Amino acid sequence: MANVTIRNLNKNYENGFHAVKDVNLEIRDKEFMVLVGPSGCGKTTTLRMVAGLEEITSGEILIGSDVVNDLPPMDRNIAMVFQNYALYPHKSVYQNMAFGLQMRKYPKDEIEKRVREAADILGIGPLLERKPRQLSGGQRQRVAVGRAIVRHPEVFLFDEPLSNLDAQLRVQMRVELKRLHERLETTAIYVTHDQVEAMTLGDRVVVMKDGWVQQVGEPLELYGKPANKFVAGFIGSPAMNFVDVMISDAGGALWADAAGLRLKVPPHMVERVRAHAGERVTLGVRPEALHLANGSDQPDYSFATAVDVVEPLGNEILVNFRAGGAPMVARVDPAVRVKARQGIRVALDPERVHFFDEKSGAAI
Amino acid sequence: MLIERKWKKWIFFYLPMAAFIVFTLFPFYWMAVTAMRPDEELYRTWRQASATPFWTLAPTLEHFRNLLQTTAFPHWLWNTMLIALVSTAISLVCGMFAGYALARLKFRGSEFLGTAIFVTYLVPQTLLFIPLADIIRDMHLGNTPWALMLTYPTFLIPFCTWLLMGYFKTIPKELEECARIDGATRFGAMIRIIFPVAIPGILSAGIFAFTLSWNEFIYALIFMSSAELKTVPVGVVSELIRGDIFFWGQLMAGALLGSIPVAIVYSFFVEYYVTGLTGSVKG
Repeated sequence: MANVTIRNLNKNYENGFHAVKDVNLEIRDKEFMVLVGPSGCGKTTTLRMVAGLEEITSGEILIGSDVVNDLPPMDRNIAMVFQNYALYPHKSVYQNMAFGLQMRKYPKDEIEKRVREAADILGIGPLLERKPRQLSGGQRQRVAVGRAIVRHPEVFLFDEPLSNLDAQLRVQMRVELKRLHERLETTAIYVTHDQVEAMTLGDRVVVMKDGWVQQVGEPLELYGKPANKFVAGFIGSPAMNFVDVMISDAGGALWADAAGLRLKVPPHMVERVRAHAGERVTLGVRPEALHLANGSDQPDYSFATAVDVVEPLGNEILVNFRAGGAPMVARVDPAVRVKARQGIRVALDPERVHFFDEKSGAAI
Repeated sequence: MLIERKWKKWIFFYLPMAAFIVFTLFPFYWMAVTAMRPDEELYRTWRQASATPFWTLAPTLEHFRNLLQTTAFPHWLWNTMLIALVSTAISLVCGMFAGYALARLKFRGSEFLGTAIFVTYLVPQTLLFIPLADIIRDMHLGNTPWALMLTYPTFLIPFCTWLLMGYFKTIPKELEECARIDGATRFGAMIRIIFPVAIPGILSAGIFAFTLSWNEFIYALIFMSSAELKTVPVGVVSELIRGDIFFWGQLMAGALLGSIPVAIVYSFFVEYYVTGLTGSVKG
């Protein structure tokens, strides 16, 4: 059991690519930390540096209180689950799981005990004599996880472990991984490009882009208070709607204007937005903060538009339309009946409006 | 429609296939028939009324007996086997390590080294034997099996290295990384994980190397002079062709016996050898 500290971590590849830039993270003991971001954002490189598979250009990584920069992977007391499972194809499931313990010269009966125990937890007991090629994708995944847990390491590292599974199995394994983590109480670092996985699994989530850490926080914190436009757009599906607006001061209130759109800046935002009066900023509103207006909505927080496309998903309906020159999506109640090209009035929840600086993208 | 497909399959598949099989196997058939033909049939003209050029009516094992009893053929067979095995073993071991290094380790000049090894393979043996002969003489290895065991690797090592390098590259890196996290050193991961996984590739490299050294002619001709120490390809040609007299029966019997071990090796490992060439490992 250990915390992992990452200080000013940088990675420069020989070809000059700067993959990881000044990353600082404190991963607490027993915490499930998820690194998420689009491909090429440096999340996997960061994980591989923690594992010792990638050299560190500058900065420090500590596991517990020890700097591990110069330790080979075998001496870091970590276990890793790879995207392609990386099962040894010439060894049986049992041998795959026992290999790490054999290399560490554990006594035979201890190995046997631990492998059986892990196999029971993962429900792969009957498969122990099979070869990896005789297993389905989900079973291979379990063996890969089993191989990691028999070692009782201080830290688990997961590199997109679910992305080779089909959608249904992925959801199932996601729940199992979460249950497993609650049972084992071991620090885990999990890399994924899937924001749903990140939100559901992580105690905390690190959003990365272009090698920089964008925001670190609990899932709902990222969702509710994104630090910048990138995080706001990356977390949540469908993504947050963005529209460029001009802030103006009129009649004692602040207004956000775009073509065919005039919205009042909500009172709790006024103080922060005032500094940007006369400037262009980006207004962000999540699809679930939009609804079709009825009589009780204030006209200051609603606007008229026409339906573009309707996507009925069953438990909800996604209504696509354009406003202020930008495409937008509203997530509305399935009872609502609207058709394409129909004129509608859309209202937004003033409590859930975000503003972002147009240049830096930082939340205002 | 179905009928049309059937004759199309005959025309475009079975017939060309049959022609190809006949074309490839005919030399072996000819070898076998000639080896079993009595001398009277071998040395008379085919225009004769009773001539049967494609088969024989009086098969005999006379030539095989003469070959085994009057020539040093058993010695040649043994020499060839020993030399082929030793030079294959040397080349495989070197090729495995070199191929792994070129496929996996990043070091300055690794690409240049890879190309350089390949280029040495392209130097024709007909040129290389001149300096090699000099070296063999200086080291007093001439007319000993070592002359061949140590010179065959000059073309076998580049060959094995390149074949194995290609195979190692198809093995996912993660296997090795996982082994290193599991507690193996880089060398340990190579020995315990990569080499066992690469067995199909290693076997096919071995089969090729074995065949190449089994059939090798020019070095064996130049570096070995005593009749006892010759290899099958050289022995058969130098001892069974005297001036312009060809001992056809014994020549063909020798060729037939000489190709049997290679055929056995191939048929034994044919499955491995195909996956070795098309190679791929799925985790």
